Amino acid sequence: MDYGFTTAAYVVAAVLFILSLGGLSNQESAKRAVWYGIAGMGLAVFATLIGPGSGLWLLSILLIAGGGIIGTYVAKKVQMTEMPQLVAAMHSLVGLAAVFVGFIAHFEIGNVAAAVAAGSTEDLGTFAKLIAKKTPAEISFLRVELFLGIFIGAITFTGSVIAFGKLAGKVTSAATKLPGGHMLNAGAAGLSFLCLIWYFSSGGFLPLFLMTLAALFIGYHLIMGIGGADMPVVVSMLNSYSGWAAAAIGFSLGNDLLIVVGALVGSSGAILSYIMCKAMNRSFVSVILGGFGGTTGPAMEVEGEQIAIDADGVATALDEADSVIIIPGYGMAVAQAQQNVAELTRRLRAKGKEVRFAIHPVAGRLPGHMNVLLAEAKVPYDIVLEMDEINEDFPDTDVAIVIGSNDIVNPAAQEDPNSPIAGMPVLECWKAKQVFVSKRGQGTGYSGIENPLFFKENTRMVYGDAKQSLDTLLNQIAA
Amino acid sequence: MLIGTPKELAPGENRVAMTPDSAKQLQKLGYECAIEAGAGAAAGFSDAAYEAAGVEVIKTPAALWKACDIVAKVRQPDATELKRLTKGKTLISFFNPAGNEEGMELAKSKKANVIAMEMVPRISRAQKMDALSSMANIAGYRAVIEAGNNFGRFFTGQITAAGKVPPAKVLVVGAGVAGLAAIGTSTSLGAVTYAFDVRPEVAEQVESMGAEFVYLDFEEEQQDGAATGGYAAVSSPEFREAQLAKFRELAPEMDIVITTALIPNREAPELWTEDMVAAMKPGSVIVDLAAEKGGNCKLTVADEKVVTDNGVTIIGYTDFPSRMAAQSSSLYATNIRHMMADLTPEKDGQVNHNMEDDVIRGATVTFEGEITFPPPPPKVQAIAAKPKEAVPELTPEEKRAKEVEAFKAQTKSQVTLLAGGGALLLLVGLFAPVSFMQHFIVFALACFVGFQVIWGVAHSLHTPLMAVTNAISSIIILGALMQIGSGSFLVILLAALSVFMAGINIFGGFLVTRRMLAMFQKS
Repeated sequence: MDYGFTTAAYVVAAVLFILSLGGLSNQESAKRAVWYGIAGMGLAVFATLIGPGSGLWLLSILLIAGGGIIGTYVAKKVQMTEMPQLVAAMHSLVGLAAVFVGFIAHFEIGNVAAAVAAGSTEDLGTFAKLIAKKTPAEISFLRVELFLGIFIGAITFTGSVIAFGKLAGKVTSAATKLPGGHMLNAGAAGLSFLCLIWYFSSGGFLPLFLMTLAALFIGYHLIMGIGGADMPVVVSMLNSYSGWAAAAIGFSLGNDLLIVVGALVGSSGAILSYIMCKAMNRSFVSVILGGFGGTTGPAMEVEGEQIAIDADGVATALDEADSVIIIPGYGMAVAQAQQNVAELTRRLRAKGKEVRFAIHPVAGRLPGHMNVLLAEAKVPYDIVLEMDEINEDFPDTDVAIVIGSNDIVNPAAQEDPNSPIAGMPVLECWKAKQVFVSKRGQGTGYSGIENPLFFKENTRMVYGDAKQSLDTLLNQIAA
Repeated sequence: MLIGTPKELAPGENRVAMTPDSAKQLQKLGYECAIEAGAGAAAGFSDAAYEAAGVEVIKTPAALWKACDIVAKVRQPDATELKRLTKGKTLISFFNPAGNEEGMELAKSKKANVIAMEMVPRISRAQKMDALSSMANIAGYRAVIEAGNNFGRFFTGQITAAGKVPPAKVLVVGAGVAGLAAIGTSTSLGAVTYAFDVRPEVAEQVESMGAEFVYLDFEEEQQDGAATGGYAAVSSPEFREAQLAKFRELAPEMDIVITTALIPNREAPELWTEDMVAAMKPGSVIVDLAAEKGGNCKLTVADEKVVTDNGVTIIGYTDFPSRMAAQSSSLYATNIRHMMADLTPEKDGQVNHNMEDDVIRGATVTFEGEITFPPPPPKVQAIAAKPKEAVPELTPEEKRAKEVEAFKAQTKSQVTLLAGGGALLLLVGLFAPVSFMQHFIVFALACFVGFQVIWGVAHSLHTPLMAVTNAISSIIILGALMQIGSGSFLVILLAALSVFMAGINIFGGFLVTRRMLAMFQKS
C-alpha cells in the first residue's frame, strides 16, 4: 500500500478524534463519541501497520493484543473510586512509551549516519530513508524535537508514577521535598538545558541519557512536592504533558497524526488544569510549586462550638424539608458511600422532596470525580449540578448535607481576607436553613484551615465514617 | 428530673403544656413526666391517655409543684403559683416579663429560674420553640373561621341554578405569622384576599400565600423589619395618614376585615377607625386579633362579640388558640419539648441552663436569684438579609463609554498577543527548516481546534474526557509501529515495549470511558 492511503487514513482518524472530544459536550452524544475515538484509533493503527516502514506484523499484533487483554482486564475490574489512580497510571505508560520512541529515533539517526557512510542506503526503513534525505540543519532540528519529546515523556512518566502512588495511598499524600527544594528542580532543568546544547552539537548518546535522568528526577521531585488535594490539577497537567510529548515525537518522526492528536490532548489537559486552578483561585505556578502560600495576616478567630447531632435528628429534619442539596467530597469517595447517598436520594425523592447535588469543580481527586461516582450509583445526572448553577439556590433550601468535603464549603474563603483560601469560589451551603456535615472527626481539611462552617449556628455535625452514618440514617428513613 | 404540668388556672383557658405525645419525647430526653389530674381534659387529653404514655398523674396542684423540678405551663403564673417555686426549680411558661414586674420579683426572691416563652429570640435556630408564632398561626386560622361563622354568606364565588354568588372579599391587616395564616385560610376557602403590612418586604410572602398585597403610594423609605427583629416598628404620622386613606378607600368593598397589627410592648395602633366601620356593608365582620392590647379598631371590646348600629359584627376574642385547645396544646407542648431539648444537650434528664446560649439566655427572665430581663441583644441577627446596596444606574452614555473601553482593552490585549506570537513564529521560521514549518502549521491548527473543542466539554464529563484523551494519546503507538520493523535488536526491543504499553492504554482507556459514560443516566 502506498503512502497516500496512509495519509488519507490519518486525516480521517484525526477528524474522528476531534469529533470524539467534541462529543463530550453532553452525556448522550458522549456515548456515541467514544465509538468515534475507537474507530479513529483502529483506523490509525491499521493504516500504520499496512503503511510503509512497519514490519514484524505478527509481533506487533501479538503485542497489541497482549496489551489489550491487560487493558481490558484493568478497565473491567477497576472501581470507580479508583479512577484517579488508573488515569495517573495510564499517563505514566504514555510517558514511558514516548521516552522509548524518542530513543529509537535517536538510534535510527545513528544507524542512518553509519549506513550513509557505508553507502548502503537501499535497505533502510522509511523513517531512516526520510532521515537520510535530510540536510544537516534538519537533522539538528530533529534532535531538538526528539530531545523535547524524551524530556517531557520522562517527566510525565515519573510524575504519573508518583501521582498514582499518592492517589492510591501508597506514597504519602503530604507535600514532601528533598532538602534544596525547588533549587534541585531548577538545577536539573538547567542540566537538561546544557545537555540540549551538547546534544544539539554532538548528537552523542551521553547527553541524551543524562537529560533523561534529570527529567525523571524532575518528574519525581516536582510531584512529590504537591499535596493530595492539588491532585486534580496535577493529573490534568500530566494529561497535558503526555499529549505534548506525543506531539514532540510526532515532529521528530514527521508524522502529522501524532502531532494533531498530541496537540489535542495537550490542549485538553491544559484547559482542564486551568479550570481546576480557577476553581481553587490559585495560579498554576503556585499549585506546581506546591503547598499553600503563607498567609498575609492572622486568620479570623472562629467563634462558637461544633454541635453534634445524631441520625435521629437528621432524619427528622429531612422529613420536614422540602428541598435538599447534597454536597459530596473526597470523603464520600474514601468511605465508598456513593451507593448510600444514592439510596438516600431515591428515598427522599420518592417522598416528593426536591433533592439535588452541588459539585464543586475541585471536589475529589480528579476533574469530574464526583460526577462519575454518583453516576455509578445511578444518581440521574440532571439533578447533579455544578457550582455556578446551584450556588444561588442555597437560601431557598431547607437542608444542605455536606458529605466528606471541607475546603470547598469553607465560608472563610469569602469572609476572611487573611485566609489562605480567600477568594476561592466555594459552595455557599451555610445559606441553607440547616446544614448537616458528615465528617470523620474534628480535624481540619487538607489545607489545614479551620472551617467556620462547622461552627455556624445552623450547622450540625455528624461525626463518623460517612458510610456508617448514612447507614444509620437510612434505617431512620423508611423506604 | 421530673417535669410537671399543672392545670391552667385562667378562666376559659383550655390549653395544656404537655400532651401524651410530647411526654413520650420528653422521656426520650431522660426526664420523668407528671401532670395534674384533669389538666388535659379541656383539650381532649384524658388522664388515662397520659398514664398510657407513662406520665404520673398527681391529684393536687400543690403536690405537683412540690414534686416537680421543672414546671411547664401555658398562661402567665399567678402569685399563688409563683410562691410554690423554690430554689433550683425551673418554670417554663408565658410570663409577659415587660408587664409583670411583681412576678419577676417574686420568682427572684424564690431563687427560681424562669423561662418566658414569649422571649425566645426570633432567630432561625429557635423557630422550633417559638410559641408566639405557633399560637399566632392558630389565632390566624381561627380568626377566619370565627369570621365565617358570623358572616352570612359564602366565602367562595359560585354560579348556581339558584343565582350568582360573588366571592367574599377579605382584608388582612398585618402580615405577621397570624396574618399569613389568616391569608392562607381565607384564600383556601375561596375568598378574594387582600393584605397590608407596613413592612414592604413581606409583599412577596403575602403574594406567595395567594393574596394581593395592598401597596401605598408613599415616597418615604419604609423601615425594614429586619432591624427590629422581624417585628413592625412605629411608623411616621405621614405614613399613617396614607395608610388610613387607603383603608378608607377599601372599607366599603370589604366583607371581612382581620386586623393583626401589633407593635412589641405598646398599645395596638388604631388602624380601623370608626368611620371605616360605618362605611362597611351591613353583615360585614371584623376580627380584631389585637384586642388584648386595646385593639386595632376602637370599637372592639376585648373577649366579646359586638354588633354595631349599621350591622357590622366586631369580634374581640383574645382566646383564639384556647378555642382550638387540642391543636394549640400539641403545638405548644412541642415548643416546650424543643426548649427542653436545648436545655438538655446531653439527653441525660439533667437541665444544663447554659446562659451562654443565645436562645436560652434570651428567654430566661430570672436566673439563680437575679432578674435577667431584658436580655442583651442577640449575637445573631438572622431574620432578613441586609438591604442590598443599590448599584448606581449607569446612564446610557456611561454604559456606552464603558463598553467602548472594554472593547478597546480587549482589542489591545488580543492584538498584542497576536503580534507577539506572530513575531515569535516568524523568528522561528527564519531559522527552522521548511519541513519543520510544514508540520508546525498542522500543530498550531490542532492546538487551536483542541482549545475550541475542549471548552465545550460538559463539566461533569471531565473524568471521561481525561480517560479518553489518555486513550488517544496512546497514538504514540504509531511511532513505535513505524520503526519496529527496521534497525537493530535494541530498536525492536524498545519499539516492542512501547507497542505493548500503548496497547494496554488504548484498550484500558476506551473501555473505562465507555463504562463511565454508560453509567450517566437521566432521571
